[in-house]
Amino acid sequence: MKTNDVILQTVTRTVSFIILLFSIYLFFAGHHNPGGGFIGGLMTGAALVLLYIAYDIKTMAKVLPIDFKNMTALGLLIGVSTGLGSFLFNVPFLSHSFGYFYLPFLGKTELATAVLFDLGVYLTVVGVTMTIILTIGEDNE
Amino acid sequence: MAWLQLAILSPFLLAIFVPFLYKYVRQIHTGWFVLILPLVLFTYLVQFLPTVSRGESIQHTIEWIPSLGINFTAYVDGLGLLFGLLITGIGSLVVLYSIYYLSKEKEALNSFYVYLLMFMGAMLGVVLSDNLMVLYVFWELTSLASFLLIAYWYQREKSRYGAQKSMLITVFGGFAMFAGFILLFLMTGTYSIREIITQVATISTHELFIPAMLLILLGAFTKSAQFPFHIWLPDAMEAPTPVSAYLHSATMVKAGIYLVARLSPIFAGQAEWFWLVAGFGIVTLFWGSFSAVKQTDLKSILAFSTISQLGLIMCLLGLGSAAVHFGYDKETALYTTAVLAAVFHLINHATFKGALFMVVGIVDHETGTRDIRKLGGLMSLMPITFTLAIIGTFSMAGLPPFNGFLSKELFFTGVLNASQLNLFEMQTWGMLFPVLAWVASVFTFIYSMVLVFKTFTGKYQPEKLDKKPHEAPIGMLIPPIILASLVVIFGIFPNLLSYSLIEPAMASIIPSVLGPEQQFYVNIYHWHGLTTELYMTIGVIALGTILYLSLSKWSGIYNWFPKKLALNHFYDHGLISMERVANKITRFHMTGLIRDYLVYIFAFLIIVIGGGLFTLNAFTFDSSTTAPIGIYEVILALIMVVAAVAVPFAQSRITAILSVGIVGFMLAMFFVVFRAPDLALTQLIVETVSVALFLLCFYHLPKLKKEISPVPFRATNFMISLGVGLVMMLVAFSAIGNRLFTPISEYFLEASYTEAGGRNVVNVILVDFRGFDTMLEGLVLGIAALGVYSLIKLRLARREDLENQ
Repeated sequence: MKTNDVILQTVTRTVSFIILLFSIYLFFAGHHNPGGGFIGGLMTGAALVLLYIAYDIKTMAKVLPIDFKNMTALGLLIGVSTGLGSFLFNVPFLSHSFGYFYLPFLGKTELATAVLFDLGVYLTVVGVTMTIILTIGEDNE
Repeated sequence: MAWLQLAILSPFLLAIFVPFLYKYVRQIHTGWFVLILPLVLFTYLVQFLPTVSRGESIQHTIEWIPSLGINFTAYVDGLGLLFGLLITGIGSLVVLYSIYYLSKEKEALNSFYVYLLMFMGAMLGVVLSDNLMVLYVFWELTSLASFLLIAYWYQREKSRYGAQKSMLITVFGGFAMFAGFILLFLMTGTYSIREIITQVATISTHELFIPAMLLILLGAFTKSAQFPFHIWLPDAMEAPTPVSAYLHSATMVKAGIYLVARLSPIFAGQAEWFWLVAGFGIVTLFWGSFSAVKQTDLKSILAFSTISQLGLIMCLLGLGSAAVHFGYDKETALYTTAVLAAVFHLINHATFKGALFMVVGIVDHETGTRDIRKLGGLMSLMPITFTLAIIGTFSMAGLPPFNGFLSKELFFTGVLNASQLNLFEMQTWGMLFPVLAWVASVFTFIYSMVLVFKTFTGKYQPEKLDKKPHEAPIGMLIPPIILASLVVIFGIFPNLLSYSLIEPAMASIIPSVLGPEQQFYVNIYHWHGLTTELYMTIGVIALGTILYLSLSKWSGIYNWFPKKLALNHFYDHGLISMERVANKITRFHMTGLIRDYLVYIFAFLIIVIGGGLFTLNAFTFDSSTTAPIGIYEVILALIMVVAAVAVPFAQSRITAILSVGIVGFMLAMFFVVFRAPDLALTQLIVETVSVALFLLCFYHLPKLKKEISPVPFRATNFMISLGVGLVMMLVAFSAIGNRLFTPISEYFLEASYTEAGGRNVVNVILVDFRGFDTMLEGLVLGIAALGVYSLIKLRLARREDLENQ
């Protein structure tokens, strides 16, 4: 008998996006409020896991054709490149800088290179969490 | 690079080309190419004779490691030149002999000559180096080359055994010597022997002087096969005979003698040196000659004979060191006789022992055996070999007119003089020397006669021999003929040597005896009147002949000697029991159980940290800086303690997992209470994930061995865990009260917004101030993910897969 997950799946559709939004909020809030790349990444991972629980792995592979191992690599690459980038400006490895800019729609906004680094952390954490959970989940021995 | 250094290194350079010569010039025996080098070196060294006999010396220095005071200083004086001539001269003869001894078709000549050249170069380096460290390097190279040469026929079990034994013993001694050299350096601040000798007066009262002497003597005694380290030499006889003739009679075993002679100017005059060198020498002399008589293998007889003769030389060097007390003039020339005898006998021994080894090699080569019980009656079949054997053995036994007679007379003079010394308590024990020396000479006479007469006279037993014996080819006979003629020449004209070699060598061994402008004057007489020495020699011959003729009647005494007290027995059982004990110790503590290793680690932690706290009296508890405890903290702590205590007492694993989860969530709550929102968020999610993973592990436990049972109680575990908890608690409490500096956090709080533009200090530290750590932690996570992935996906070691392959 096939179980009917209609309630779970319906709730997931709404809730997972709320969690995703929250995780993105955590990520961007990190510089001034509690949050940051690590916890944001874990939250995104939680949203994705919820989706994987509600639907099965095959469906999710179609919807999200992402190889999370590559995502880990991308995250690490971004982290290292932000460090290497500081060499372009003749400053030591991983020197960060920030400034205030007037952007359309957003007004006066603070932009910091540290956020790029945090993005690397974010992608790494999502990639690692999902790789571990999916590898164990797919294993059927 | 001066010619002298090039001469020392030339054997090594030639050794590089030997394999190519062997491979590409197959029709010519490789030995012919090698032969040129020692001949050239010999002629080169002979050139130094006039300079050295004038009492001068030659010295060339190349800087090697100048910052450590290690320079490759080549130094030629009487002693070095004497040894250099022995090495190159006998080296040439041995190479010539080996050309006829080793077959070019059957033997791996390339490795033989590479090892032999390596040995020759190392030996030249030992005797011509002034720097102790360079000497040590060459010394170990001789051990290594000797090891390789003994195991030349490595497919034989006994060769490998002999090589290992000699390696272990000589390297043990070499290492002790190395330590002794370092002690000398610590005392004097230089590695140069010349410079150390100039400081003798200041170091002889130093507290490291005696340890240095003992360690260096240990090196010399092991290398020169002195009692009780002589056991490697008989087993080294498994080497090809040219090797035995070269290494184990003429050169390498004299390296220890050389060392004692070379360092005599430093140590001579001390009672310890006198007694150790002379005492071990005389014991070795006696024991070697006593043991030689019972051997049945020709090479074993020669091996023990070598041991005994080395003991003789060593003993003379020890006795001669007493001369340092008296200085040199007409009356006290008596005391330097021992040194004169040592140098003279050193030359004589190299000649007759080299010849005898070659003779034995010929017998072995032509008859296929070295066992005296199978040999006999070869006199008429091998007349030249027999003549050579006669000359060699009679010289060894100390019969006139050969050179052995002269050195034995001088030896007797030396021991007789020594017994009348009124130094070093010689009055009480001095008579032992002449007595032991005389008895040893009797035994020397007996085994010499055994060697020659049991082999060449008596009944010819062709049925016991593998080959039909005949005279050796002329090439094999030339080297022993040359050596035997030297025996005769030195016997008849001993003073040929005295001006050119012996006097300068004596001047190097006991330089302090000579005043300025003084020189040793050596004149060796054949006929020195009806002295005690002559009567002693006559007694040796008389008693020796009687004992030889009645050998079969009394040789049973060797069976009385218990096998268990034999030194080889000690060595073999020592090795075996060392291995056994090491095995036992390893098996005792390396159980393979991770629990035991954790016990060691934690016990170590308790002992070192707890013991450290206790002995340094470091436990302090200062409550002045502690914050007041709030009600939330008490509640959270209580829940945490209950959950933590529940873990070891849980009846099932699932309870334990959930209890661990509770501890983790309480920790997150603590982070909330202590105002760490980032940590609290992270802790909550990480704890959730890890509890989920624990549950996953639990779910997949194998069905067969599933045991839902409580943790068994073990007293050790309890004690250890209690101890670790207590120690860490004490450390934590002590650390609180001892904050020596204001923390750096003030800076972060101030600079977070102004410098990095962020108000979340934790995050700013993570990505900006300390971003490097975060980057590498990301890497750790990535590695963990890839690790999980590969562990699960790449299960190559599955049993079915292995069986299918």
